[in-house]
Amino acid sequence: MDFISTHLLSTILFFPAIAALVILFLPKEEMKLHKWFALVASLIPFALSLVLWFNFKTARAGYQFEEIYPWYTAIGSSLHLGVDGLSLSMVLLTTFLTPLAILASFNINDRTKAYMMLFLFLETGMLGVFMSIDLLVFFVFWEIGLVPMYFLINQWGSANRNYASLKFMIYTMGGSLGLLLAVQLLGVLFKTYDLQVITAQWSVYTDAIGGIPAATFKTVAFWAFVIAFAVKVPLWPFHTWLPDAHTEAPTAGSMILAGVLLKLGAYGFLRLILPLYPAEAKYFAGALAFLAVAAIVFGAFASYAQTDFKRLVAYSSVNHMGFVVLGIAAAAFAAGTDDARIALNGAILQMFNHGLSAAGMFFLVGVIYERTHTRNLEEFGGLFPLVPVYGGILIFTSMASLGLPGLNGFISEFLVVRGAFGVGVNTVPAMAIYTAVAMLGLLFTGAYILKGIKKVLHGPMNEHWAHGEHKLTEINTREIIVMVPLMVLILWIGLYPAWILDVINKAVVMLF
Amino acid sequence: MNFPVLSVITFTPMVAALIMLMMPAQRRNETRAVALASATFALILSIWVYFSYDQAAAGYQFVEKYNWLPALGISLHFGVDGMSAPLVLLTGVVMFTGVLISWGDEDPHVKAGIQDRPREFFAFLFLLAGGVFGVFVSLDLFMLFFFYEIAVFPMYLLIAIWGWVVTREYAAMKLTLYLFIGSVVSLVGVLAMYWLQYKNTGVLSFDMLVMESAGFSQTFQNIWFLPVFLGFAVLGGIWPFHNWSPDGHVAAPTAVSMFHAGVLMKLGAFAALRVGVMLLPEGAKQWSWLIMTFAGIAVVYGAYIAFVQTDMKYMIGFSSVSHMGLVMLGVSTLNQTGLTGAGVQMFSHGVMTALFFAVTGMIYDRAHTRMIPELGGMMKIMPFAGIGFIIGGLVSMGMPGFSGFVAEFPIFMGVWQEQWLVAVIASISIVITAAYIMMNIRKVFFADLPEKLEGHVGDITVLDKVAIVTLCLLMTGIGLFPGLMVPMVQTGVENILRLLGGA
Repeated sequence: MDFISTHLLSTILFFPAIAALVILFLPKEEMKLHKWFALVASLIPFALSLVLWFNFKTARAGYQFEEIYPWYTAIGSSLHLGVDGLSLSMVLLTTFLTPLAILASFNINDRTKAYMMLFLFLETGMLGVFMSIDLLVFFVFWEIGLVPMYFLINQWGSANRNYASLKFMIYTMGGSLGLLLAVQLLGVLFKTYDLQVITAQWSVYTDAIGGIPAATFKTVAFWAFVIAFAVKVPLWPFHTWLPDAHTEAPTAGSMILAGVLLKLGAYGFLRLILPLYPAEAKYFAGALAFLAVAAIVFGAFASYAQTDFKRLVAYSSVNHMGFVVLGIAAAAFAAGTDDARIALNGAILQMFNHGLSAAGMFFLVGVIYERTHTRNLEEFGGLFPLVPVYGGILIFTSMASLGLPGLNGFISEFLVVRGAFGVGVNTVPAMAIYTAVAMLGLLFTGAYILKGIKKVLHGPMNEHWAHGEHKLTEINTREIIVMVPLMVLILWIGLYPAWILDVINKAVVMLF
Repeated sequence: MNFPVLSVITFTPMVAALIMLMMPAQRRNETRAVALASATFALILSIWVYFSYDQAAAGYQFVEKYNWLPALGISLHFGVDGMSAPLVLLTGVVMFTGVLISWGDEDPHVKAGIQDRPREFFAFLFLLAGGVFGVFVSLDLFMLFFFYEIAVFPMYLLIAIWGWVVTREYAAMKLTLYLFIGSVVSLVGVLAMYWLQYKNTGVLSFDMLVMESAGFSQTFQNIWFLPVFLGFAVLGGIWPFHNWSPDGHVAAPTAVSMFHAGVLMKLGAFAALRVGVMLLPEGAKQWSWLIMTFAGIAVVYGAYIAFVQTDMKYMIGFSSVSHMGLVMLGVSTLNQTGLTGAGVQMFSHGVMTALFFAVTGMIYDRAHTRMIPELGGMMKIMPFAGIGFIIGGLVSMGMPGFSGFVAEFPIFMGVWQEQWLVAVIASISIVITAAYIMMNIRKVFFADLPEKLEGHVGDITVLDKVAIVTLCLLMTGIGLFPGLMVPMVQTGVENILRLLGGA
C-alpha cells in the first residue's frame, strides 16, 4: 500500500494502459472476458481517484500528490504529475465516465479486444492531460488521446465514419500545430518545460525574440494556444468537426468525446491560457466572449434545426460548452474580482455537469438507435407508452441539459451567467450585452431540448414501432445501470452542489 | 588489446558473403541460415557496443588502429562515439530484419521474399552491410571513403537484378550515377583537405582526428564545405538532389529498400556531418543558412509529393525525403538541441522506414500491386503487418509516445533558436504527413478487400512477424523512454560542438 500511497497519481494514470497491454494477451475469441476485464480495469482507477478525492486537502494551495520522474532530460522535460482542485474534478469525471462508457459498449461484438484496448489507452491519454504539470508532457498526452479516438470512430463508427474520423484527426492536429510551435518556443526560451517555472516567467517576459518584439510574439502565441484549445472545446467557428465525429462515433465513443475530450480544450484555457497570458487574455477577452456567445446562440439554432437525434445532441454540446468559454472570458476581463471567481466556478462546474448530461444524452440516443437503427427524429414519435422507463430517463437527462432548477445544469449556468453579468455591471459593460444575448440562446436551448423530447416521445405514435418484429423493447438492466450513476450525480449536484463547488472554489480562489 | 569488436562487426557480413558465395546454389535454406546467423551475430555485437559504450567517458571508444598504407598515412582506424553507436545498432537491426523478411515463403503460390538466387542476393546485401558498418566506425577519411563506395556499389546489382522489372535498369543506373557523382565531388574536397593538411603540418595522414586540428583557413573552408557536404548529402537525399532516391526505393527489392532508406540515407547524412561539419566547422557556419533552406524545402516539398502518390513505395520514398530533410535541418542548426534531434531522427527514421518498406514488400509479394487504390482490407488478412504499419505511421507523423516525436521535437527546438520562420514553415509537413499516412492506412488496411485480391492473398510468415515486432519495440521504446538513446547522442553532439568552437 505504501507504494500506491506515494504513487497514487501515476498508478491512476498508467493503470488503464497497463490493463490494455494485458488485454493484448487475452485470447481473441473471449469477448466476454475482454469486456469484463476492461470494466474491472477501469473501475480500479475510479476507486483510486475516490481515494484521491477524499485525501485531497482543499485548503492547501498548489499541486498535491506531486510526483516527478525524469523523462526527456535533454530538453528539460520531466514526467511531473500533480493535481489541484481544477484537475481533480476533471480526473474524477474521467475515471467516473470511462467505466460507464465501457459498460455501455457491452453490446459491441466486433473485435472487442482492440476496442477495449483503445478505450483504456484513451483513458490514460485523457488523464495524462489533466495530471501533468509539465508543458511537454501535457502536449504528449494531448496528442496521444487522438489516436485511440480516431480508430474508435474509424473502425466502430457508422456509415460516414471515414470522413468524420479523418476530419476529426486533421482538425485537431492542425489546430495543435500552433500549440506545438508555441510550446517549442517556450522550451527554447526557458530551457525547461516545467509549467510553474514557465508560468512565472512567460507572463512577464518582455525581451524581443529574433528581432521581433515580445508583445507581437506573445499575441501570436496566445492565438496559437487559443486555436488549439478552441478546436477541441469546440468554439464557434472551429466546431464543424464535432457534429460529424459525434454522429459517426460509436455510442461509448460519443459519450467520452462529449464527456471528457471536449473538457480537455476548456481545461487548456484554464490551466494554460489564463495563467500564461493574463494580459493578452484580458485584451482579447471581448473576442473570446463574442465567439462564446456565437457558439451558444448558433449552437442552439443549429441544434434546433437538426432532424438527426444524435446531431441534435452534438450541437447541444457546442451550445453548452459556449457557456464554459463565456465564463472564462468574463474571468479574463476582470481577473481577481469576485465576479470573475463566480464565473470561473460556474465554468468549471459546467465542464463537469456537461460531462454528465452529454454522456447521458449520447448514451440514450445510442439506446434507441440500437433498437430502431435510425436516428431520424421524423421516424420516431409517441414512443412514451411503449418505453415508459426509457422515456422517463430521457426526460430527466434532457431536463438536466436544459438547465432545470434542481438539476446540475442550472447551478453551473446560473453561476456563469451571474458572474459574467457581474463583470458586465462592474467592469466591462459589453459583457452585460454578451450575457444578455447568451440568455436568449438559453431560450433556444429549451426549444431544441423540448423538440427532441417531443419528436421522440410525444405526439401521435408511429405504429411501426408498436408491433411485430419492429416492436420497440424497453431499456434493459445493463443500460439502466449505466444511467443510474449519472442520474444520481445530476440530481445530487443539482440539490446540493456544495461538495464539489467547495473543491472547485478553493482552486479558483488560489489560482486566479 | 581488447577484443576488436568493431572490426569484427564490420567484417562479419563480408566474410559471411564470401562463405555464402562458396556454398552450392541449390542449398537455399542453408544459405539463408548462414545469412541469418551472421546477421544475428552482428546484431548482438552492435547491441553490446551500444550498451557498453561509456557515456560518462564519451569520446571515441572501442578504438582500433592498424597500419594499412603508412606511406600515405592511411590506417584502419576504427572507433565509435555517441553519434555513430546508434547508427551501428541501426545497421545491425536493419540487417537482421532484412534477412528475416527476405527469407520469404517458398510455396509457389505465395513466393514471398527473395526466391530468385538467394545466395547471390544475400552475398551482395552483406557486402553492402559491411560497407555501411565500415563507414560508421571509420575514423580514417580514406577508409571512410573506401567503405562508402563498397556500400554504394552493390546497390546497382541488387536493384538491377532483383528489382522491380518495370524500372529497375533505369533506377539502378540513375541511383549509381547520382551517388558516384556526389562522391566524386566529395572526394575532390577530401583530397584538397588531405593536401592542405600535409602542407600545414608536414604529416601525411587521412586520420580524421589529426585533420580535426589541421587548422584549415576560413577561405579554404568556405570554398570546400559545400562540395564536401553536398556530395555526401546526395546520398542523404537532400533536396534538390533527392530525385534518384524515390526511384531507387521503388525499384529495389524489399530488403534493399529497407537498407537503402533505413541505413544508406543515414550514411550520406552521417558522412556529411562527420566530414563536412566536423572537419570544416567554419565553412559549416558560413553555409548553414543554405543547408537549412534546402532542408526546409525538402521537409515540406517531400511531404507534399508523398501526399499525391498512389504507389505506396513512392509515397514512402518521398516521405523519406521529407524525414531526411528533418535530419539535415537538425544538422544545419549547428546547436546542441538540433544536432541531438538529428542524431535521434537518423535512428528513428531508419527503423520506421525499414518497417514501412518491409510491410509494403509483404503486401506487394502477396497482392502483386502496390497501387493504393487497388488495395484494401489488409488488416483482416495480415493484422500484424497492419499494426506494424500503423505504429510506423504514428512515428512518421511525429506522434508523441513514439520515437519520431522524441527526434523531431528537439530538431524544431534547435531551428527555433536559429531561425523561427523555418520552424513554422517546416511544421506544415506534420499535418501533411498525418493526412497521407492516415489516408493510406484507411485505404490499404481498412477499406474492403477488392474482389481481385480475394482468395489468393495470405498472411505473412512468422519471420516477418518477428521482424515487425523488433522494429516496433524499438520505436515505442525510444518514444516512451528517450533516456535510452538521447544521452548517448548528446555525448556525440558535445564533440561536434567542441569542434564548432563551443557554440
